[in-house]
Amino acid sequence: MKATVLVRPKEGILDPQGEAVGAALRQLGFEVGGARVGRLVELDVETTDAAQARAELERMCDQLLTNPLIESYEIEVGP
Amino acid sequence: MKARVAVVSFPGSNDDRDALGALELLGAEAVPIWHADARLPDVGAVILPGGFSYGDYLRCGAIARFAPAMEAVRAFAADGGPVLGICNGFQVLCEAGLLPGVLRRNASLDFVCRDVRVRVEQTDTPFTDGCTAGDVLTIPIKHGEGAWYADDELLDEVERAGQVVLRYADGNPNGSRADVAGVVNERRNVMGLMPHPEHAVDPLLGPSGGLPLLESLVAAALDGVAVPA
Repeated sequence: MKATVLVRPKEGILDPQGEAVGAALRQLGFEVGGARVGRLVELDVETTDAAQARAELERMCDQLLTNPLIESYEIEVGP
Repeated sequence: MKARVAVVSFPGSNDDRDALGALELLGAEAVPIWHADARLPDVGAVILPGGFSYGDYLRCGAIARFAPAMEAVRAFAADGGPVLGICNGFQVLCEAGLLPGVLRRNASLDFVCRDVRVRVEQTDTPFTDGCTAGDVLTIPIKHGEGAWYADDELLDEVERAGQVVLRYADGNPNGSRADVAGVVNERRNVMGLMPHPEHAVDPLLGPSGGLPLLESLVAAALDGVAVPA
């Protein structure tokens, strides 16, 4: 089963990478206010049960894929 | 009788040899440990060295924290043994939950490679008991992700408990909160710092501000005294 984890910098925390991206876009002439940069992890999980997959993915996020001090995440399960 | 200090090498660690060399220079027996070794031999202290373990993939130190050797390091720390994390080692210890906070990308987004001056603020640790509070040490930094971060609540706890051991004394090179350059855990037996003391032990080559820190560590390892819980 395919799953996608979106990892974002926690709301309110300084994101210098996002600021640099925003500044670069504005320099190119785009009208962009804020920008924040995260990461995307695509996984192939063994379970066929969506609820179980989701529970496992949450554990993956808590243990490895994200650092809860500075990141928030969103899980999408399924095709 | 020599102090025995372990240095753990992860894939991508590159300051392990300088750490081993600095320890030898200070008269200790430096014991290299491979990340996949699940057991530590009998040592008086452990260093997690600088570098780019696992290519800094995902987040710096995020993968190294799960190395088999880290279980042994965790147990060693739980028994009160001194553990020093340098740069990437600091990142590993934070990811492992052995130190508070996290190291983030430098606010400038630049990789900063230069000498910095750090002030010693706490001397009741096995890493700084050879120092005097207020001492300023010149030690090089070289990192792209060295901005220590804790939210308001955690920062408050860390400050109240006197866990900030080193603070940048001449400007903040990376956007680290509260100018933090090095912290200890509550028990004060685990320390992490972004500057590299192992690169600052020979006055012939440059500043030697790393000596007081490593000398304290070697002395603690020789005493073999565990820090009580």
